[in-house]
Amino acid sequence: MLLHGFLPSLLEGAGVTLSVALASMTMAMLLGLAGALAKLSRSRTARGAAMVYTTLIRGVPDLVLMLLIFFGGQVAVNAAALALGHADYIDINPYLAGVLTIGFIFGAYLTEAFRGAFLAVPPGQREAGLAFGMSAWQVGWRITLPQMFRHALPGLANIWLVLIKSTAIVSVIGLSDLMTRGQQAAGTTREPFVFYLAVALIYLLFTSASELLFKFLQRRFSLGAQQGRL
Amino acid sequence: MSFEIVFQNLALYLGGALTTVQLLMISLGLGLLLALPLAVLRSLGGWPSRIVWVYTYVFRGTPMLVQLFLIYYGLAQFEAVRESVLWPWLSSAWFCACLSFVLNTAAYTTEIIAGSIRALPAGEIEAAKSLGMSRWVMFRRIVLPQALRRALPAYSNEAIFMLQGTSLASIVTLMDITGAARQLNASHYIPFEAFITAAVFYLALTLVLVSLFNRAEARWLKPLMPR
Repeated sequence: MLLHGFLPSLLEGAGVTLSVALASMTMAMLLGLAGALAKLSRSRTARGAAMVYTTLIRGVPDLVLMLLIFFGGQVAVNAAALALGHADYIDINPYLAGVLTIGFIFGAYLTEAFRGAFLAVPPGQREAGLAFGMSAWQVGWRITLPQMFRHALPGLANIWLVLIKSTAIVSVIGLSDLMTRGQQAAGTTREPFVFYLAVALIYLLFTSASELLFKFLQRRFSLGAQQGRL
Repeated sequence: MSFEIVFQNLALYLGGALTTVQLLMISLGLGLLLALPLAVLRSLGGWPSRIVWVYTYVFRGTPMLVQLFLIYYGLAQFEAVRESVLWPWLSSAWFCACLSFVLNTAAYTTEIIAGSIRALPAGEIEAAKSLGMSRWVMFRRIVLPQALRRALPAYSNEAIFMLQGTSLASIVTLMDITGAARQLNASHYIPFEAFITAAVFYLALTLVLVSLFNRAEARWLKPLMPR
C-alpha cells in the first residue's frame, strides 16, 4: 500500500504545520506592523526598543529561542503558579510555544519589511489625505496601509517561505507536525528515506503553492500602479 | 537566575563554539566552491541551467532539517549504502551535517551569484567582448569578479542564516553551541541560563560575521558605489 497507510497521518501533520505557520504569520504581521511603526515614530524609546528587538532576534538561531521559550517558559510559569499557591505541575502547550516563538522571530524580519514599505509610499499621499480633512487614523487605514502593503508584498512572500520551512523545528519540542509524523512513520516502517522524501515533497508543495499565490496577489495589488519601462 | 553552573561549564560552550565555527566555515567554504560553477551554468541558459534550477528549487523549497534527516537517517535505509565504501562517512553525524549544510547553502548561493551575474551592466560585458576576450577569459577577468563583489550584501545575509542554521546540528547529536546548552539544561535543568548563554554566543559570532562582511564590502564594493 502507498506509504504503508501512513498517508493520512502525514496529511494530518501537514495540517498542523500549515496551522502553526498561519498562526505565527498572523502574530508576526501584527508584531511587524507595531515594530515598523515604532521604528518610524518620533519617540526615541520606541525606536530604541524596536532596534533592540530586531537586532537581538535576528542574531540568535530560532532553535535556541524556541528551546528558551519552551523550557524557560515552563520554569517561569510553574514558579509563578507556585507563588500564587497552585501546586500542580503545569505543562506548556508545544503548539502555543511554537507559535509564540516563530511569530516573535518573524515579527522582527517583518518589522524591516514593513518599515521599508512605509517609506516607499510617497509622502504626498499622506499629505493629500490630511488636506482632505481625514484624521491621522483614517489616513493610515485608508491611504497609507493599503499602499504600503503593495510594496511590502515581495518581502512578505520571502519571509513567509522562510517561515513555513522554519516550522519544521517545532518537532523538536514535541508538536505533532508534518516532520514529527514523518519521523514516527520512518521509525515504525524502517523506511526513513521514503518518508523523509514524502515530507520534503509536501513542504515543496506548500512552498510552490505559496509562490503561485503571492504572484497572483502581487498582480492583484499592483492593479493600476504605473510601471516604469526600461 | 544564577550563571554559576554556566561558568563552571564554560569549556563545554567554548568547545561548542569551536564546533559551530568549524561547521560554518566548512559549509560556507565548500558551498561557495560548489556554487561558483553552478551559478555560471545557471546564468548561461539552456538545459544545464534548467537542471541547476531544479536543484536550487528543491533545496530552497524544503526545510534544511528535512534535508539533514534525509541524508543522515534516510540513506541508511538502503543496503547498498550501508555496504558501500562511503558508509563510514555517511554514518557519521558530523559528515552528514556538513553535507546537508553544504548542499543547502550552495543552492542559495548559486541563485545569489547567478542573480548578480544577470544584473551586471551590459556595457561591462560588451566591453569585454569588444576587446576580443574569449568566454572563459571574460568570465574569469570581468564577469565573476564584478558579480561576486556585487553579491556581497546578499551573501552576508546567507552567511548569517547559515550560522543560525548550524544549530540544527545539535538535533543529530553534535555538540555545537546549542548542543552544549541542551546538555547543560538536561543535566541541571537551568533552561534560562543555558539557552541565554547560547544566545549570547551566537550574537557575538553574528557580530563578528557582520563586521567581517562590512570590511569585505569596504574593500571590494566601495569602489563601485556612487560618490
